[in-house]
Amino acid sequence: MRKKEWIAMLLAGGQGSRLYSLTKNLAKPAVPFGGKYRIIDFPLSNCVNSGIDTVGVLTQYQPLVLNEYIGSGQPWDLDRQEGGVFVLPPYQKSSGSDWYTGTANAIYQNLPFIERYDPEYVLILSGDHIYKMDYEKMLKFHKEKEADCTIAVLQVPMEEASRFGIMNAQEDGKIYEFEEKPAHPKSNLASMGIYIFTWKKLREYLEQDAKTPGSANDFGKNIIPSMLAANEQMYAYAFDGYWKDVGTIDSLWEANMDLLDPKVPLSLYDPDWKIYARNPALPPHYIAPGAHVQNSMVTEGCVIEGTVDFSVVFAGVTIEEGAVVRDSIIMPGSVIQKGAVVDYAIVAEQTIIGENAVVGARPEGMEDISGWGVTVIGSGVAIGAGVHIAPKAMVETDIAAEEVLVK
Amino acid sequence: MIKRTAMGIVFSNMHDNHLGSLTRERTTGSVPFGGRYRLVDFVLSSMVNSGVSEVGVIAKSNYQTLMDHLGSGREWDLARKLGGLTVLPPYSSGDSQGIYAGRLDALSGVSGYIRNGRAEYVILADCDLIANLDFQSMIAFHEEKGAEITLAYRREKIRREGNENIVVFDAEDDGRVGRVWLSPQMEEEQNVYLNVAVMKRELLEKIVEEARSRNKRSFTKDILIEQSDSMRIYAYEIEKYVMRINSLQDYFDASMALLHPQVRQELFPAERPVLTRVRDQVPAKYGIGAIVKNSLVADGCIIEGTVENSIIFRGAKIGRGAVIRDSIIMAGAVIGAGARLEYVVADRDATIRDTRMLVGYKTYPLFIEKKSVI
Repeated sequence: MRKKEWIAMLLAGGQGSRLYSLTKNLAKPAVPFGGKYRIIDFPLSNCVNSGIDTVGVLTQYQPLVLNEYIGSGQPWDLDRQEGGVFVLPPYQKSSGSDWYTGTANAIYQNLPFIERYDPEYVLILSGDHIYKMDYEKMLKFHKEKEADCTIAVLQVPMEEASRFGIMNAQEDGKIYEFEEKPAHPKSNLASMGIYIFTWKKLREYLEQDAKTPGSANDFGKNIIPSMLAANEQMYAYAFDGYWKDVGTIDSLWEANMDLLDPKVPLSLYDPDWKIYARNPALPPHYIAPGAHVQNSMVTEGCVIEGTVDFSVVFAGVTIEEGAVVRDSIIMPGSVIQKGAVVDYAIVAEQTIIGENAVVGARPEGMEDISGWGVTVIGSGVAIGAGVHIAPKAMVETDIAAEEVLVK
Repeated sequence: MIKRTAMGIVFSNMHDNHLGSLTRERTTGSVPFGGRYRLVDFVLSSMVNSGVSEVGVIAKSNYQTLMDHLGSGREWDLARKLGGLTVLPPYSSGDSQGIYAGRLDALSGVSGYIRNGRAEYVILADCDLIANLDFQSMIAFHEEKGAEITLAYRREKIRREGNENIVVFDAEDDGRVGRVWLSPQMEEEQNVYLNVAVMKRELLEKIVEEARSRNKRSFTKDILIEQSDSMRIYAYEIEKYVMRINSLQDYFDASMALLHPQVRQELFPAERPVLTRVRDQVPAKYGIGAIVKNSLVADGCIIEGTVENSIIFRGAKIGRGAVIRDSIIMAGAVIGAGARLEYVVADRDATIRDTRMLVGYKTYPLFIEKKSVI
């Protein structure tokens, strides 16, 4: 095996419990996004576009969909003779077996995988962010600074800084302090959960961390603080582009809507930085004579006979005559039947919204705005004809036509 | 039905000279169709969906776009260790002169490929059909009749003009082929050969060998017409939806037929998908002010104008206020703001500048060549 300069490890194990029914049967990185992608397409495509040819995907929660999706890695050009993409679940060892107990533990349990490539540097990524980033520039920065660890940071509005892990750094980027969700932030440099480590150094700290009783085996809680305490060379690498954590229903909805906003600096049309995805073999979508489609993204295989406005419509969706879909996300294979109205909702894969059903509501029509929010219909759910689903509801099971109102 | 092994031989250049500017720089097989496909996709997918895992595509000229499109054959699941997809370009050696004169001549050039095949049957096909065919049932028919060669046909009313190279034949009640005509001068409903033939691989080897020693070059003239008496040739009727593309008008009409839901259901059933090269494009984006009616739109398009009764290929851009009616806009074409197009076929990467007006007619669509700027 040839030595690799760097490889990437992608933390895809999270359950994503804040996405509720959307992650009931699949891991968060496998959640559909942007009409034809899944969240993991973004970090994977970034890797390939940055010249990384070996990626370990660490997974332990509901891996079926993710495994099948990644397959041989071919859609991302990661089916390589040496390297490529590997799904790495926890496995049984002679001394017993463990689930991944934390982000650092997941990497620690896969030391043998990393060692096979004998890399100089390791890039640690998470599978729940939407962004385009050239990691190669970050690696160049890491080398220039002769850093042991480089952490990508994003300037966030000061008033939001207390929601993030904040890096306090000197002018040259050297980090002197890390504060997780500080009440009184000293800076607005938020960690993006993207790290480059010089492998030898990281290995040292992982082994030490594994021996520390009571450690949460977590990068943010343990590895980064102990490296800082030991005065290792740690640098903040400033990224200025679009980056969004899509770990909540609201942020997932917003990030999809951002694709429709020409002012948002996330272009998926750049031929030099394509986002790759596994493509279904479907014909172009058909827009029927009575349809109205505006301000929306529509994917192959759809049949649109109704109205679609400010929405993201995934592959193979049918929107029947008289149905209205506004400010919503309709995931692959779902059917919105005649006369149904879907407002401010995320409708997961393979669902059926029955005739004249009403899903969600528009905020401007609400008397009490505090109860308003994005409605979620879980995958495979059938909503009966005429059923009304309240705004902010999360529906995980079928609702027959006679049960009229759900809170 | 017992599944038989079959290999496919696809002629990518047949019909090139009937398709005008569409085939100026490409083979018939690589003519774009239906928003995201190329003609070869239909025959290849039909073969793959019928269990064929060994396909040779015979190329004669202008085949670079074809090679680009097919690549290793991965999208058709034909990137295989055994069999898989092989592009067979012309070659010169000994008695063969490279560029072939007819199907038999072409087959003679690839006789080694046929001999090395592992399948029991061979399916010969051109790229001129828009159809989703089941070759297993055709082979079952072939065996049931004890045929030597089985030809696919459909009943079709032919016109007196534009019959160049069309083959029609009489079929007896049991399906046996009687007289065969090439380029018939008649105007009536006929059994029109769809340029799809099935036979045992061994028989094809024999036919090719004999043809070579007797300098016979045409499968139609030297086999079908000459030997319809001596060989057991049977006719298999395709009752499914088939569109035959033998002229620019055919191309336009077949494209527009895709706007009918029944046609799409016949061509693109979920269990028999039409496979094509993946381009990794973004979903189509509709801007404020977009008005789209009765149209097919592929991924990667940006639509800001009005589109009616049209087919918009991958990555085409329709500018603000542009009006596209009854037209075909191919991949990467850019239609400027306020332009107006009716009955136009704009080939790949064509640019129609702002406010230009181009109008063809239903029976005379205006073809704009690849990469041209208007």
